[in-house]
Amino acid sequence: MRSRRPRAGRIVEPSRLTPRDALSEAVAGMLQRPGRSVLTALGTVLGVGTFVAVLGLTATTSSRIDSRFDLLTATEVTVEDIAQEQDEFAGPAFPADADARIGRLGGVRDAGVYWTVRLGPDVTVRAAPVGDGADGVPVDVVAASPGALRAAVPRLAQGRLYDEFASAKAQPVAVVGASVAARLGITTLETRPAVFIGDEPFVVAGIVDDVERRPDVLMSVSVPRTTAERMWGPPGAGDARMLVATETGAARQIAHEAAVALRPDHPEYLKAVPPPDPRALRADVTGDLDQLFLLLAGVCLVIGAVGIANTTLVAVLERTGEIGLRRALGARARHVTVQFLTESGVLGAVGGLVGTALGVCTVVGVALARDWTPVVHPAAVVAAPLIGLGTGVVAGLYPAWRASRVEPAEALRH
Amino acid sequence: MTPPAPVMEFRRVGLTYPGPPPVRALCPCELTVRHGEFVAVVGPSGSGKSTFLNVAGLLDAPTEGTYLLDGIDTAALSDGDRTALRGRRIGFVFQAFHLMPHRSATENVMLSMVYSAVPRAERRSRAREALARVGLAHRVDALPGRLSGGERQRVAIARALAGRPSLLLCDEPTGNLDSGNAETVLALLGELHASGMTVVVITHDREVAARAGRTVTIRDGLLAEHPRDTAPRAERNPA
Repeated sequence: MRSRRPRAGRIVEPSRLTPRDALSEAVAGMLQRPGRSVLTALGTVLGVGTFVAVLGLTATTSSRIDSRFDLLTATEVTVEDIAQEQDEFAGPAFPADADARIGRLGGVRDAGVYWTVRLGPDVTVRAAPVGDGADGVPVDVVAASPGALRAAVPRLAQGRLYDEFASAKAQPVAVVGASVAARLGITTLETRPAVFIGDEPFVVAGIVDDVERRPDVLMSVSVPRTTAERMWGPPGAGDARMLVATETGAARQIAHEAAVALRPDHPEYLKAVPPPDPRALRADVTGDLDQLFLLLAGVCLVIGAVGIANTTLVAVLERTGEIGLRRALGARARHVTVQFLTESGVLGAVGGLVGTALGVCTVVGVALARDWTPVVHPAAVVAAPLIGLGTGVVAGLYPAWRASRVEPAEALRH
Repeated sequence: MTPPAPVMEFRRVGLTYPGPPPVRALCPCELTVRHGEFVAVVGPSGSGKSTFLNVAGLLDAPTEGTYLLDGIDTAALSDGDRTALRGRRIGFVFQAFHLMPHRSATENVMLSMVYSAVPRAERRSRAREALARVGLAHRVDALPGRLSGGERQRVAIARALAGRPSLLLCDEPTGNLDSGNAETVLALLGELHASGMTVVVITHDREVAARAGRTVTIRDGLLAEHPRDTAPRAERNPA
């Protein structure tokens, strides 16, 4: 409103309260009673702290699920042999040409059947039939088709994997894990070393020092499926499984089709396990517990707001004289409103900042204790002090309105 | 010689509280205070002194008549403009001092310039200047709690002066002071008057009133001018 008065021919310059002055007056007002201000801000601290902690812990745990659900698991299907459960007279469920059958499905990268061979109790793996290497080491022997090896995405230290040709001819070749090779004393493939399983010699084709899937490969001796069947017979009931490595996004479709493709006559003999559905995982995470905690945070905020409202109202009543003085010194009613709103807003914002810090500390502390990676969304950190500010301003509305209604003449009387 | 310009001019100014029942707190009265005058408004408690203070100090709007402050018709002003005029043209001194206990003398004085758009940089120097003028140059950083009653009232006067008002409006300025401190405060008001400040003191104390060049009594809401035997003034209120 302009203050020109034509009759007087003069200008009354309007009263003003710059934002900077409003802020410094508000901070000075807060610091008049530091202890009380701290206690008042406590509710906001707790509310915002709980809010940040809950969001942070939720993000932290779901990031753990994210890390479980990575690209590798998303492109992996396992097919299990459950023939015995369906029909006790059924033989092994996987046909001899299982790899080729599943390979015809779209989106399959590598696939193969494998099982752990049940050797007799006195059959061990040795580096040599006699002499120093004759002491056996207790190592699993795994029958694995070449596709099952490739699907594990091995990294070879030396040599190569056995291929379809070796498999078709049921050749006595083996791929050993690096740690097994070390225990057997195999350091180089230059000398064409062999391992003896029982008394059968197997030429070591390659040494694998890392795999992405099926870590058991590292701890065992892998031989072609056909060779294993020729020497030790078919797999026991339910022992055989198939590992299918798929293209990205194809896994669930392949899991759906695998049983029919492998055993069109008895698809019920096989059970395909698809990767977990990420949507289901997320749904688990935002479960009831988090909502309960968020509700708790909300309750804390409400309590904080009531605390601020209460204290500010008391302050308004206590500081009636000050309000009167300010009005006498030229403060308009809305300047008084702004001052008290700023005061409660600053109180809320400071509570929010402290609460954010405490919340982040809680998340980091819990993550450290559990050896997790702490994850706090930046938006939560930015939003939290603003929530505190909003709480403070809302809480200050009524007291500030009351302050603006103080009659200066009345307030200055004593 | 033309008399100095009037600072405050009451033209049949009266105030009636609407009630019920309606209470006539200030009967329509005429009063002109000219630049450089020292006027005492004297009356017992309940006489309407506070109402006079509120109207003169623009804290309350009169229900009848015209009040000109520095020639500005205050009746025509909006609430916000009246507030601004009050902040800029009137310096208040209260019986209860109304100092902020957690702020130093300088900061208390600076408060009077917050709402009148005095640049922040200027406020401190003006506050120091005002404190020096009331003889408190050595106590600029003291908290009110560490000051004597007289010193507190001088800080309050400095606060009123720092806003460079046209009118110093004092409400029982010595009411809370012992005689020694009251004497220093009254001497200060006398000095300020001597240096050209327009001072209006509202009091129930005849001794305080005796300091003023002119005395107006108020009783039952009625304002009456008393010619002083000792020092009759040339420029008497024509009404």
